[in-house]
Amino acid sequence: MINYFKLAYRNLGRHRRRSFLSGLALALGTALLMFIAAFFQGEMRSAMESTLRLNSGHLQVRDADYDPDKLSVAWEYLIENPSHIAAQIQTLDVVQTATPRLFASGIVSARDESVGVQIIGIDPASPANDPYRTLTAGEFLTADDRDGILIGYPLAQSLGLGVGDTLTLLVNTADGSVDQQPFTVRGIFTTGTTAYDKGIVFLPLAKAQAFSGAGDRASIIFVLLKDREQAEAVAAAISSPNYQVKTWRELNQLLVLVNDFSDAYLVVINFIILGVTVTVIVNTLLMSVFERTREIGILSAIGMKGRQIVTLFLTEAFLLAVGGVTAGTLIGWAASAYFGKVGIYFGDLGLSAEMLLEDRIYTYLTLESAINLIITAFVITLLASLYPAQMAARMEPVEALHGK
Amino acid sequence: MEVAKLTDVTRIYKVGQVETRALNGINLTIESGEFTSLVGPSGSGKTTLLQLIGCLDQPTSGSVVINGKETTGLNRNQRADLRKGTIGFVFQFFALIPTLTAYENVEMPLLLNGKSAAERRKRVMELLEAVGMADRANNRPDQLSGGQQQRVAVARALATNPKLILADEPTANLDTENGEQVMEIMKKLNKETGATFVFATHDPRVIKYANRVVTLQDGLILKDSQANGKQRGDQ
Ligand SMILES: Nc1ncnc2c1ncn2[C@@H]1O[C@H](COP(=O)(O)OP(=O)(O)O)[C@@H](O)[C@H]1O
Ligand SMILES: [Mg+2]
Repeated sequence: MINYFKLAYRNLGRHRRRSFLSGLALALGTALLMFIAAFFQGEMRSAMESTLRLNSGHLQVRDADYDPDKLSVAWEYLIENPSHIAAQIQTLDVVQTATPRLFASGIVSARDESVGVQIIGIDPASPANDPYRTLTAGEFLTADDRDGILIGYPLAQSLGLGVGDTLTLLVNTADGSVDQQPFTVRGIFTTGTTAYDKGIVFLPLAKAQAFSGAGDRASIIFVLLKDREQAEAVAAAISSPNYQVKTWRELNQLLVLVNDFSDAYLVVINFIILGVTVTVIVNTLLMSVFERTREIGILSAIGMKGRQIVTLFLTEAFLLAVGGVTAGTLIGWAASAYFGKVGIYFGDLGLSAEMLLEDRIYTYLTLESAINLIITAFVITLLASLYPAQMAARMEPVEALHGK
Repeated sequence: MEVAKLTDVTRIYKVGQVETRALNGINLTIESGEFTSLVGPSGSGKTTLLQLIGCLDQPTSGSVVINGKETTGLNRNQRADLRKGTIGFVFQFFALIPTLTAYENVEMPLLLNGKSAAERRKRVMELLEAVGMADRANNRPDQLSGGQQQRVAVARALATNPKLILADEPTANLDTENGEQVMEIMKKLNKETGATFVFATHDPRVIKYANRVVTLQDGLILKDSQANGKQRGDQ
């Protein structure tokens, strides 16, 4: 057996710098691929998690007539006796938590400034509120608090409010009029998602119901599941003519679409990066085919067949690919791991509640996509190298021998 | 026994619109064990003829039979197969693979012929011994002089015990002493192994080693004489 690895290794060693540079190109290409994949996955995962945890939940049970765009607390839109329904849903095995929430629209005023907000009445004890429990100051709400309010950090900043300060909250009530009342800031929360935090205030459910005139009613039952893929099954199980049950997919159509689209987008980016990288490799191999024309002629003259010449050049490409892809994987993985811990700060991207993003994006690389990328980079490099390798094999020995 | 038989062989090179008739109808038979020199001025067709005998190239018309086998119409791989067991080459330039040591260069044709490691080792050392290069076995070509490289090339050409060794101006790039040394080695191997040698040259100091001299001019055989002065009758 001819030791192709020995031959290939020595041939690469003839132009160490050139071999190094083309290996480096492949390494950087691979690293970039991994990092971009990690970035996209991190972004999508964060958007999905933030949006589901903060905003939509996995399932929402609503009154049959509910219109989410109106934020109205008119009784006809609301679910009656919501705690009872929530408790019933809670008994299902796959349900992690189910809790009533009341949405109303309002205006917060402090000093001379006013900001439109969404008021959410929550059951303070529910674990579904965990994402709001990170406080920059003060304390979380309690169920029996009658004049306490929880506001987001950006809102507190813009209105110059601190814990213990008083603000005036105006609400659109169930009968279509408005009411207003002073509240004391109990705590200032941050979810790390400015787009969300700047427009939300929380009240205890009982207080929100009394204040808005909703009575013992809620806008939705907010449901989190142990496994979000069960959403459709659970929705089917609890459906009833009196309610609409919406799954997270229905509630976040835009996000789901963007998520699917991002995979396709990633594939396109991958091929562009690989295309550039592979061009470098092919170029290196072409150069070495031209340089070694006469040598190929000699090998052919002493009986080396086309297939063996192809193998020789492919082995060189293989070694470059092993070196380049390995180094690239290490770099890409290290970068993804680092930024997966530290995050990359983007600030408030000003996205709507339909697609919430944390202010930092944490890169996230799945093993599956890392392996896919490694295989893709490898296979594409080898496929592209077939061209110069075939070219070498097709040389007529006579012409090759004449070649200088 | 006939090692090579060429009948009415022509070779026309076409470069763009220009046709060059490098060979114009050659009839030539090489018998086993010959030590034959192809002579003639530059451009007379010596290299072209060697390439056709060596199955590196194919004639425009005519037939080339090597070792009793018709070679016209063979594809690239079939020709490579024929070459690797039957024909050895020594080129004018010192055609060693620069990344391989002297040892590995001689070993390459044996590898291509699938010889076992033990066989290869024995054969390579035997050949390097024969060309006086055993002590340089582990040197790369760039660490060898031109004469030494050419001796390694001769060893490589002989590695698989080919019937026929073709050498194109093997001494052209060597000084007199090295040139004679290489010719001595080839002559000795011819005598010892009975291998057939055909070499192109226009160096008179080389021609004297030949026992048959075929003179080419303008792609035709002008003269074909045995070293004893007798003209061959088959032309
Ligand atoms: N590859 C080629 N393409 C075109 N013409 C060639 C080629 N090889 C040789 N020739 C022409 O064929 C003729 C014979 O060349 P060659 O066989 O090299 O002669 P010699 O070896 O005796 O010098 C010359 O006129 C040469 O220019
Ligand atoms: Mg010539």
